Amino acid sequence: MSELHDTSYEPGLLAEGTFDPGERPAGIKRIPRGVEHLATEHLVVNVGPQHPSTHGVLRLVLELDGETIVNAEIVIGYLHRGIEKLGEHRRYHQLGTLMDRGDYMSGIHGELAAAMAVEQLMETEVPAKAQWLRTLMSEINRIASHMVWFGTFGLDCGAMGQFLYAMRDREALIDVLEAVTGQRMMFNYVRPGGVLADLTPEMESAIRTFLRTIDGYLDEHDALLGGNEILQMRVKGIGTLDRETAVAFGLTGANLRGSGVGYDVRRDRPYAAYPELEFDVPVGSTGDAWDRYTVRMGEMRQAVRMIRQCIDGIPEGDIMAKVPKVLRPPAGESYACVESSRGELGVHLVSDGSDMPYRFRYRPPSLYSLQALEEILPGRMFADAIMLIGSIDIVLGEIDR
Amino acid sequence: MSAVLAAILPVLAAVALMLVNGVVLIYMLRKVLGRLHLRHGPLNVGPKGMVQTTADVLKLLSKEDVIPTGVDRWMYVLAPAAVFIPSLLAYAAIPFSENLRITQLETGLLFTFAVLSLVALGVLMAGWGSANKWSLIGAMRAAAQTIAYEVPLLLSVIPVVMVVGSLDLAQIVQAQSGTWFGIIPRWFVFAQFPAFAIFLIAALAELNQTPFDMSEAESELVAGFATEYSSMRFGMLFLAEFSNSFIMSAIAVSVFFGGWSLPWVPDSVIAPIAPVIFVLKTYFGIFVFMWIRGTFPRVRIDQLMTLGWKWLIPITLGWIMLTGLVLKLGELGGAS
Repeated sequence: MSELHDTSYEPGLLAEGTFDPGERPAGIKRIPRGVEHLATEHLVVNVGPQHPSTHGVLRLVLELDGETIVNAEIVIGYLHRGIEKLGEHRRYHQLGTLMDRGDYMSGIHGELAAAMAVEQLMETEVPAKAQWLRTLMSEINRIASHMVWFGTFGLDCGAMGQFLYAMRDREALIDVLEAVTGQRMMFNYVRPGGVLADLTPEMESAIRTFLRTIDGYLDEHDALLGGNEILQMRVKGIGTLDRETAVAFGLTGANLRGSGVGYDVRRDRPYAAYPELEFDVPVGSTGDAWDRYTVRMGEMRQAVRMIRQCIDGIPEGDIMAKVPKVLRPPAGESYACVESSRGELGVHLVSDGSDMPYRFRYRPPSLYSLQALEEILPGRMFADAIMLIGSIDIVLGEIDR
Repeated sequence: MSAVLAAILPVLAAVALMLVNGVVLIYMLRKVLGRLHLRHGPLNVGPKGMVQTTADVLKLLSKEDVIPTGVDRWMYVLAPAAVFIPSLLAYAAIPFSENLRITQLETGLLFTFAVLSLVALGVLMAGWGSANKWSLIGAMRAAAQTIAYEVPLLLSVIPVVMVVGSLDLAQIVQAQSGTWFGIIPRWFVFAQFPAFAIFLIAALAELNQTPFDMSEAESELVAGFATEYSSMRFGMLFLAEFSNSFIMSAIAVSVFFGGWSLPWVPDSVIAPIAPVIFVLKTYFGIFVFMWIRGTFPRVRIDQLMTLGWKWLIPITLGWIMLTGLVLKLGELGGAS
């Protein structure tokens, strides 16, 4: 694949072919004059890191035969900030801030994973109310994140309207998150031992207002984009990942469930208040882009269902356990994982007894999804590549870390 | 002197019409898409942002004309003109009213389609000359698409031509005056609905409009064939695109929607305001294009080709045969 790296500029890029026409096809007596040198060549295009549809700073090097992809190579690292290394020089309280900047679309999930890993080390008991608030905020954040996926999925195939409708709904959720946490994206809301702030009656009514309209809006979104014949033509049957491949690549989240494996951390390794909630895990059948689409749409509906249960079921009590100002967990290891919007987001901490982690490892679900992309791209058309990037829903912030 | 004037004035009129049209249509596009997208569109320059497009054109005119190194210079420089000029020529045969048109052509319909198909050549030049991979892919797509959809586009108007017996757009319009049963206008959109449906699909493809905006496809090809263009060269490509929508919509109005005529209204009332009616109808057609543009996703290039060659062309051929059969039977019935 080394020639793929060579993206140097060549004026007149299709100048002269080095293609060997080989044996003359039977029945053709004579090649017309002047076309002896005509030949076809593969075209290597460099998609990104600055391209309208690479969802951040992803770079793809695609070898095209006409419009068909022959080879695909994914180049990452353009957003690397060394979050894991930075984490080893931060106190345990500060890990949440770093996690927010990993998967910036669903910050609450990252914070939650880090806080849970610290709590495991400290053996802290988190108050019930804090657990419910964490669940509520996780689900609100999940819809907000899926709305961005939904909008950009539409944008990828040229439907601009859906993006702005999705942004309208996301805005309502972001407003709630802002009111509760004080921030629109970098929340730093989930802390080791509990959460930062309680819901006020105004926020509660804002959430209830949102719940009144969201079902209708979700139906509308589904009808407008998913119900469109053109979109179905575009995504059905492309990018199929069967069960074995999906498991082998370590996919989690909607990408794995789209392939028919019903693994959901919320149900299978329950945390926060999920054991007390009723919800279904939508699962696809064939594992194509359309299945991933329907699974995510189903997840949004389930999230709405969970928000309803949370807002009615939040118990009374403290929102923060008694934790010291400076956390010094005993030496040891812990791993905590949550179901983020993109899959199993894990945090592995190794403590040496000091106030900073000895090792801080962040398992970004998008990284594994992205590796599967290299598997499904060859053989597809170039336009499919854009849809497939959209269908696996990656965030470069957490891939590059 | 007056002969020279008579030759120059229509050309000037066409240029003025095209520029004004472009400016108005770009503003309209922004406002219509804004409304569809829950946003406002331009607001600040002039009342309700009306002068925004003019300001943008002035900005484009004052920008540096960048010619990247490595481009095929002649192709790159000439391509915008090669897109712009056919688009300008296409105004020649559009009948705004019974008398108001630039030139009377017996073969007006054919001429308009012929010059519009030249636009693809300019697009191909732009894409090839830019020495940019995105431009090249965009241009190749445009060429394939235009060739594929030229056929159903032309075939879709043939049934109408068979009924009217003329390629002159004004005569086609006149054939649509009056009503059936006093209620339904005698527009060909009713009698020739399958032809109109195919015309609409093929026109969208020919105009590179969503859902067939293959050659620009901003989420795939950045800006397609126009990627390397800047300043007024880009402006010309952009204006030509809007001008082509106007032409295509004007053809649709003339051929399927009764041109400048209105049903149930006597001709003496219509005559003074005929051009206004025509332009309003045309703008409504463009509004429909914009509506589609704000809503639909884009098809894939192979699906586009399948639709064109395997569905539209056989269906139009069948419809032409059916129309011919009905016409012949009518003739025989009339003779006996």
